[in-house]
Amino acid sequence: MSAVEAGRLHAASSRPVPAVRCTGLVKRYADVVAVDGIDLTIETGECFGLLGPNGAGKTTTIEILEGLTVPDTGSVEVLGMRWGKGEGAANQALRERLGIQLQETQLADKLTVEETVRLFRSFYRKSHTVEEVLALVELEEKRKAWVVKLSGGQKQRLAVACALVSRPELLFLDEPTTGLDPQSRRQLWEVIGRFRAQGGTVLLTTHYMEEAERLCDRVAIMDHGKVIALDSTPRLIASLGAEHVVEFALAGGAGSAPEAAELAALPGVRSVRPSIDRTALTVTEVHRAVPALMALLERRNAELSMLTTHHATLEDVFVSLTGRQLRDA
Amino acid sequence: MRDHPLVQLTLARMREFYREPEAIFWVFGFPIVLAFALGIAFRNRGPEELRVGVLRSSGDSELVQILDRSPMLTAARVEPDEARAQLRSGRLALLVVPGDPLVYRYDPTREESRLARLGADEALQRSRGRTDVASVSDEKVTEPGSRYIDFLIPGLLGMNLMGSGLWGIGFSVVQARTKKLLKRFMATPMKRSHYLSSFILSRLLFLFVEVAALLGFARWVFGVGVHGSLGAMAFITVLGSLSFAGLGMLVASRARTIEAVSGLMNLVMLPMWILSGTFFSYARFPDVIQPFVKALPLTALNDALRAVMIDGTSLTQLGAPLAIVAGWGIVSFTVALKIFRWR
Repeated sequence: MSAVEAGRLHAASSRPVPAVRCTGLVKRYADVVAVDGIDLTIETGECFGLLGPNGAGKTTTIEILEGLTVPDTGSVEVLGMRWGKGEGAANQALRERLGIQLQETQLADKLTVEETVRLFRSFYRKSHTVEEVLALVELEEKRKAWVVKLSGGQKQRLAVACALVSRPELLFLDEPTTGLDPQSRRQLWEVIGRFRAQGGTVLLTTHYMEEAERLCDRVAIMDHGKVIALDSTPRLIASLGAEHVVEFALAGGAGSAPEAAELAALPGVRSVRPSIDRTALTVTEVHRAVPALMALLERRNAELSMLTTHHATLEDVFVSLTGRQLRDA
Repeated sequence: MRDHPLVQLTLARMREFYREPEAIFWVFGFPIVLAFALGIAFRNRGPEELRVGVLRSSGDSELVQILDRSPMLTAARVEPDEARAQLRSGRLALLVVPGDPLVYRYDPTREESRLARLGADEALQRSRGRTDVASVSDEKVTEPGSRYIDFLIPGLLGMNLMGSGLWGIGFSVVQARTKKLLKRFMATPMKRSHYLSSFILSRLLFLFVEVAALLGFARWVFGVGVHGSLGAMAFITVLGSLSFAGLGMLVASRARTIEAVSGLMNLVMLPMWILSGTFFSYARFPDVIQPFVKALPLTALNDALRAVMIDGTSLTQLGAPLAIVAGWGIVSFTVALKIFRWR
C-alpha cells in the first residue's frame, strides 16, 4: 500500500483530520515581519479564503502551508502530514495530493496548452488525462495554442489546470483572479465550484471581497501579518452590527458639514466613518436613517453631491476593522 | 515512456529551444557564418604583393620600375603630403625616399613592412649589380591541415560547445527562476535530478546537429576533414559539451535575473574567447600566463579537437587535455548542485 493510499484510508476511516492545521506561524524577512503569529484550521471539503490587502502576508502564509517557505516558528500539518526537508519521500507523497497555483508563475511561453499540461501531468503517479483536465477548465479549443497567445484568463485557467491535473485533495490558489476581467473571473469561479462539488478542499487568497463572499465558506481577514477576523462571510458582516452602508458626499461651498456625533445620533445609524471624499454610515434601518440624514442636511443647508446605499460587504468589515480601504490599504 | 517526467522535461527543453528562431541562429547559424567569413578573409592565396611607395623626386620612375619587377612587391609613386598618411594607415608597407643614401621609411613592428624592406633592398641591390654567392633552390610544401581554416574550424567547434552549453543551460535555468517556474516545479513531486538531467539530455541531442552542421559545412566548403577517428571526435564533443553544461549550471545556480546571469556568462566566456586559441594560437601569449591559459577548459578542448582533426591523434594520447575538460565539468557540476537556488 502506498503512502498516498494509506493517508486516504486513514482520512476515510477515522474522524477526518483537518485539511490544514497550523499554529503560531511566524516568518520574518530582513526588514519586515511578513507573518506574525497565525493559527488556522481548514476542514476537509471547505473553501477557505485569506482576504487582505497586498502585503498583508497572504502569500507568505499560503507558501508556508504549501511547503515552499519554511516558517521561522510554528507548526504546519497538511492532510495530516508535516513538511520535511527537501525531496524526502514523505514530502513527495504529500505533494502528490496537492494542487498548487502560485501567484506569479509564468508558464513557458512557447509550449502549447496541451504540452504544458502533459508536462505537469508527468510528475504525478495518478492524474487526470490531458483531455479531462482541459475539459475541467474549458480550454479544449486552445489545446494547440502557445501559452504566449493566451488571454490573461486563459493563462490563469491553464495554471489552475496544472494544479488540478494531479486530482488533488487540496487545492491552493494564490490570487487566482487578480487582474482578470469579470467574465474570466466568473469562469474561474466555475472551475473552482466544479472542483468543490467533487469534494475537494480549497484554500485561496484574494484581495477581492466579492470573490471571498462568493466562493468561501469561511474567510480569514489578514492585515500586517495577522488574522484580524475569521468567520463565515455572513457572520463577519453581521459583526458590523448593521446590514447596510450609506455613503454620501457633499458639494463644496454651500452650508456646513454635519459633525460625526450628529450623524451618529441619527436613528438607525450604528457607526460613522468619515474619509477624505465621503462619509460612510453603517446602518440597521435604511428607511429610517436616510430620511433623517436628508432632514439634517436640509437644516444645515448642505447640498448632496453623492448618496449611495448598499448591503454591507467584507470590504466594510475590513474598513471598520482597520480604518482603511481594502483596495488601497 | 512518453509520459516519463524526464522525457517530458527534455521535450519541453527542446521545444522551447527550436521554437526560438534567434536561438537557432546563434547556435547553428552563427558559427557557420563565422567560419565562412573568416575562411574567406584568411584563405591562402599565396603571399600577397606588398605595396611600396616611392616619394616623388628626380629619379623616382626608375626606382618604381625596378621595385615593381620584384614578384613580391608592387610599387607606385606617392606625393609627399600623402606618403605619411598612407604609411600610417598601412596602405603602404614601405616608403622609399630616393637620394644618396636611399632611405627606407617603415614601421619595424609591422611584419609586412620588414618583409617589404627586405624585398625592396634585394631588388635595388641586384639592379645595381649585386650577385648571389651561394646557389639555392626552393622546395615549396603545403601540408594539408596547415591552412588557417584547418586551424579555425576545431576552435569554432570548441567555442560553440562552450557557448551553447553556457547560454543554453544558464539562460533557461535563470529564466525559469525569474518566471517562478522553478518554484512551481518545486510545488510538484518532480525530482530535481530529472529537471537537471533534462538539460543535459537535450544538450546532447542538439549537440549532434550542432557538430554535424559545422563539420559538414567545413568539409563541403573548405574541404576541412577529420584526420582522426569519428569516435574520438564524438567522445571529445560529448565530454566538452557535458563539461560546459556543468559550467552553465554553476553560472546559473544562484543568479536571480537574466542580467546577472548574462554578466556572469560573459565573465566566464570572454577570457576564453580570447585566451583559449580559438581564432589564433595561444602560444602568442607571454610564458607567464601559459599555465593559466592551458588550464582553461576551452583551451584543453580546442587542443584535443585540433589534435584529432588535424593530426589524427588517438584518444589515449589526449589524457591531459581531456582530464582538464572533465575536471572542470565535475567540479562545477558538484558545486552547482550544492549551491543551486531552487526557487
